[in-house]
Amino acid sequence: MTIGLGHYLSVAAILFTFGVFGIFLNRKNVIIILMSIELILLAVNINLAAFSSYLGDIVGQIYALLVLTVAAAEAAIGLAILVVYFRNRGSIAVEDINLMKG
Amino acid sequence: MIVAALFFYLFAGICVASAFMVIAAKNPVHSVLYLILAFVNAAGLFVMLGAEFLAMILIVVYVGAVAVLFLFVVMMLDVDFAELKQGVLQYLPIGILIGGIFVGELLFVALTWVIGPGIRQAITSPIAAKASNIEVIGLVLYTRYVYFFEAAGMILLIAMIGAIVLTLQHRVRVRRQNIPAQNARTPATAMEVLKVRTGQGLGSNT
Repeated sequence: MTIGLGHYLSVAAILFTFGVFGIFLNRKNVIIILMSIELILLAVNINLAAFSSYLGDIVGQIYALLVLTVAAAEAAIGLAILVVYFRNRGSIAVEDINLMKG
Repeated sequence: MIVAALFFYLFAGICVASAFMVIAAKNPVHSVLYLILAFVNAAGLFVMLGAEFLAMILIVVYVGAVAVLFLFVVMMLDVDFAELKQGVLQYLPIGILIGGIFVGELLFVALTWVIGPGIRQAITSPIAAKASNIEVIGLVLYTRYVYFFEAAGMILLIAMIGAIVLTLQHRVRVRRQNIPAQNARTPATAMEVLKVRTGQGLGSNT
């Protein structure tokens, strides 16, 4: 009944798959895609923290902090682009984003 | 020990279930709320791993900032989400196929690998047994990884400036307060005394 490293890796793997699956499934809705990316980064963080804890090395948690920083910046920029795009086009459907198709 | 296992399965189960609801919920507001639930339970997993500082940062940054930002944007944009939801069933079979293969491979890797024999000797920043988690992080983050720390700060600064520059708009018709013009007003320029003749109104003066 003891909880090993494999348990945490399994949870992270399932979360990661849900993130990828969400991008596949909701490819019209940018907001859900951004949330799926957040889920993927969360899975990565769980992996880093689990390895850090079970190896006794703090570096994994520091990398997890850096990943968290980049994730927060990415969410802020992504949502800002989304707001500007909605202001210009009145829609956030991914399929309409083809202005630069040439 | 059994309590720890129980809590692990509680946190992991709710985390995975709410992650599924993030991508399956019809209403994006519900998706954001399930995302918050997933992050809170992931913070519980972090606490169980001994990464308390990371858990608290996860709650502060994600539940306090990012999730609220998502909620704000979802509620601010007037989008017909039912229309965006169309075509989901079209991608469902291929999505389940690829997702199933993917999670199978990941679980196969996660459950069968072992730590190599030389890895434990190569650890550069071991976690001291007596020190608290935040103490260990601070001792390493501000010395060995100080450039990474500053780069993270720079990334956040650039993200903040970028978000402000992107969403700032100068609207033309909005009238703004002009403080120098207000301060420059005197009674001489602001008032005018008119002598109004009876029965003719102000038109008699102009």
